[in-house]
Amino acid sequence: MKTIREINEKIKRGEVVVLTADEIIELKKSTNVKKLAKEVDVVTTGTFGPMCSSGVFLNFGHSKEKIKMGGGRVYLNNVPAYSGLAAVDVYLGATALPDDDPRNTKYPGEFKYGGGHVIEDLVSGKEIELVAYAYGTDCYPKKYLKTKITINDINEAILFNPRNCYQNYNVAVNLSNKTIYTYMGVLKPNLGNANYCSAGQLSPLLKDPYLKTIGFGTRIFLGGGIGYVCWWGTQYNPGVKRRENGVPTIPGATLALIGDLKQMKVEFLKGASLTGYGTSLIVGVGIPIPILNEEILNWVSIPDEEIYAPVVDYSYDYPNSTGNILDYVNYSQLKSGKIKLMGKEIPTGSLSSYKKAKEIAEILKKWIESGEFLLTEPIFYFPGPESGYKFKPMKEV
Amino acid sequence: MEKKFVMHFPPVLVDKPIISTIVRKYNLEFNILKAFVSPEEEGTLVIAFSGEEKNVFDAVEELKSKGVKIQLIESDIRMIKERCTDCSVCIALCPTGALYLNRNTYEVKFEPEKCIACELCIKGCPTNAMISTI
Repeated sequence: MKTIREINEKIKRGEVVVLTADEIIELKKSTNVKKLAKEVDVVTTGTFGPMCSSGVFLNFGHSKEKIKMGGGRVYLNNVPAYSGLAAVDVYLGATALPDDDPRNTKYPGEFKYGGGHVIEDLVSGKEIELVAYAYGTDCYPKKYLKTKITINDINEAILFNPRNCYQNYNVAVNLSNKTIYTYMGVLKPNLGNANYCSAGQLSPLLKDPYLKTIGFGTRIFLGGGIGYVCWWGTQYNPGVKRRENGVPTIPGATLALIGDLKQMKVEFLKGASLTGYGTSLIVGVGIPIPILNEEILNWVSIPDEEIYAPVVDYSYDYPNSTGNILDYVNYSQLKSGKIKLMGKEIPTGSLSSYKKAKEIAEILKKWIESGEFLLTEPIFYFPGPESGYKFKPMKEV
Repeated sequence: MEKKFVMHFPPVLVDKPIISTIVRKYNLEFNILKAFVSPEEEGTLVIAFSGEEKNVFDAVEELKSKGVKIQLIESDIRMIKERCTDCSVCIALCPTGALYLNRNTYEVKFEPEKCIACELCIKGCPTNAMISTI
């Protein structure tokens, strides 16, 4: 038994033992659990995939003749931002598209530039065109503004993602006889390919299945900088069915994340164009898991072979919420490049980059070892399976 | 020179050794990138011919005169590595294995020689790392 305070003391003294989730899985094959739980202090995780529920709050500062963007319209590189806030605060979401984007009128749409790409351009320090239309008031008389900004010119740029880090995710296939274009990528007809989106054994919430160490205030790696867990994520669903090892068999928990965009890096925050679907933001996240006891050590060491994902048809079952699951496959099978489904061998592709996930887990490991990143005790923990908290479908009348 | 072609063989030609006769006659090297026969018994072949320029084109003309429909693969697909995040969603789309994942380093690799310019990867890449130049 260890405490986070004790681990932080070790970090400060330069004595902390940190391993990535990949490393602990290897080590556990040849080392006894008791010994490992005692000797290893922190296990780092990582993931890097498209996460549509992501965006930034921006404060531009005031123009000389003041303008009230609230209630008006605001565009960043032609992409609309939400301005229903105070005078010069906006929120720009990853899936926002220019008003004149053809979308799917020329099917499948290309979606070459949207909110996710503006965020990438902001992070890379590029100049962004800001256009605002306002109605004018006595205190904010200006009605139109057009200027250029960079991330360094504006006051705050805060990445705030209401839903990231899905704990497990669907494997998408297409049972129909035509190609479909989904948020899970291009799916060829008649089970032509199977796409998944998780780092599997490196993915943060699969390594702490009951969120016993992750909660409000947990300090994390976010987009190449430091961020925090600031709530449970939207569509949070802790009561899902789990396997014996505690890992949900379908998408379960999610996290809301926050961090200062100004210290993030473009290598870990990238705009995405999903043909026929829209734009998104690819987010890099790494969460440190303190090894407080043997139970947590057992969880972080769950290997790909023991993490199963549901295979779902995206031609009919997903769009119509049938809840039908064709089969379950594990991440070892998915990462091998092919799975067997309904008697057919299907090539697999991942939307989540395992190479980047490994890089993130390694960087976080170095930050902790060097003493620059201390662990946090959550201010409170999120609802667990016993809470009855549920992800409900929409009530339609 | 080397050129890649998509060739469609009507059912009457599918069982004839046309390609082997032609490559011998024109002294060509060939590399079959993809081949299949549809249920209607029409054959499709994606093939690269290399040899002297005149011979490559004379061979193509002779194949056309025998009833083979031929398209030259003109576009050149490239990977812009700086835009690639090594996610690997393209590899399950690629019909020839030109895009593949090194399962030790988890790096996505592209072998242009195997590419038949179907452009599925261009549609499938979330970071626009695959481009076509004609």
